[in-house]
Amino acid sequence: MRIRYPVENDDTLITLQGFLQKILSERIVDVLLVPMRTPSGTITPALVSDPEMLVHADPLAPVLPVNSATLAGQVSMSKPRPKVGAVLRSCEMRALVELVKFQQACLEDMVLISVDCAGTYGVPKYLKMAANSGISEENLWKNLFKTAIHDPEVGQEDLRQACKMCVQPVYDQAQIVIELLGSNFNEEIIITLPDDLGEKLGLNPVETGQREVVVEKLSKAHSTEREAEFASIRERMDGKENLTTIFAACIRCHNCMTVCPICYCKTCVFKSQVFEHEPMQYLVWTQQKGAYRMPADTMLFHLTRLNHMVLSCVGCGMCIEACPAELPVGTVFSVIGQQVQGVFNYLPGRNLDEKPPLVTFKADEWSEVGE
Amino acid sequence: MSENNFEPRIIAFLCNWCTYTGADLAGTSRLQYPPNVRIIRLMCSGAVDPIYVLKADLAGADGILIGGCHPGDCHYQEGNYKERRRVVALKEILKGAGFDEDRIWIRWISASEGQRFAEAIREITTAMKEKGPNQTKSEWAV
Repeated sequence: MRIRYPVENDDTLITLQGFLQKILSERIVDVLLVPMRTPSGTITPALVSDPEMLVHADPLAPVLPVNSATLAGQVSMSKPRPKVGAVLRSCEMRALVELVKFQQACLEDMVLISVDCAGTYGVPKYLKMAANSGISEENLWKNLFKTAIHDPEVGQEDLRQACKMCVQPVYDQAQIVIELLGSNFNEEIIITLPDDLGEKLGLNPVETGQREVVVEKLSKAHSTEREAEFASIRERMDGKENLTTIFAACIRCHNCMTVCPICYCKTCVFKSQVFEHEPMQYLVWTQQKGAYRMPADTMLFHLTRLNHMVLSCVGCGMCIEACPAELPVGTVFSVIGQQVQGVFNYLPGRNLDEKPPLVTFKADEWSEVGE
Repeated sequence: MSENNFEPRIIAFLCNWCTYTGADLAGTSRLQYPPNVRIIRLMCSGAVDPIYVLKADLAGADGILIGGCHPGDCHYQEGNYKERRRVVALKEILKGAGFDEDRIWIRWISASEGQRFAEAIREITTAMKEKGPNQTKSEWAV
């Protein structure tokens, strides 16, 4: 059912904290995985069992330090396990769906609590803005939501690139959906939740309609931004130039791989003995081309990573934030992802029952391949 | 770009049961085909990890052939079906990243098709000769 949760004392955040407190105190879940504000003022995901601690919860802070899908996997894969309520944004939800398909997370004892997203800032940018006494913390997220709802075409210049291009700002398949994009959030928060839970919390159903329109307009505006950005990347990979040009400054720190929620392997092949070559092997390779870039296999690394995760890439853009060389890793991956996903008619995070394309096959497909 | 005396180097990953045996038959039948191919035998085309193909491509191989049993005939039931999907995805990724996906070939050749193997090698060699050398051959900073 869809309910209206009135905002108390003009404070949306405290009201939302109150709602989350009820979920904990009514024992709907054992712990909540939720973004929390540290004593230093930064935001980090944390597990919370004590409802009192939720005064530090801040799912509205417009910053995404890590994609928490990986963390939801960590607390759900083996039994016995706690009943976890995971408060996540759309891109985290979609990554989590992919991780479930790869047996890296389990939703059996999990309650998904999705929060509508109006975009996030990179961590350094966010800290700078939050430290700026001119803008109150409250206005930071409220401004973003106001723009998203009323002027999506104008956009917000300083958002993370991935957020500016995000065409899936909401995730409606969660058990509980905090529908901020359809709420007049100064007065109320609209929440969709299971009927029994709504009754348990003593809330009455409401009708509301504007969210769909808002989301559609927002996605459309972001889609325009996305296509423009994609076109400029495609232009640089037209065959005369290729990915080597764009990723030339890569320092092989592997940060993109570390922060990627889809790159789940415990030991990446690139950190395994497969890539520990004999010294004389390097001489052979060097003599083949006259010179040999070190560390070796940089393009092989990126193409292999593409090959491993691009079909499941949800475009969260964590890799862009993590790249010390400021390469447009995530944008490039989204460009190629869109193309490859299209071939298989696969959209990561869309449906738990859809198998990832490379773990399945049909006998009667691509019959022209191989002939 | 295509020089008359350019001889492409083709790396072939062949499955043990069908295409490799087909290549063997081509040899024992004394069929003539271009000597441009270097064969690597694997147990199944499904064992061809795309990373092998990428490594060969980035090292400068002019053509890469993956050879397996005909669809439905895989000795491990479904290895070739899975490889077919992987190759479709890999080619799409290479195309999207600005690389030449047409250097990657896949052919279903059975153990009795020595003639078909020889033809495939002729076809690939001719096509890659026309295309000219793989530009990755001269790219050291990859």
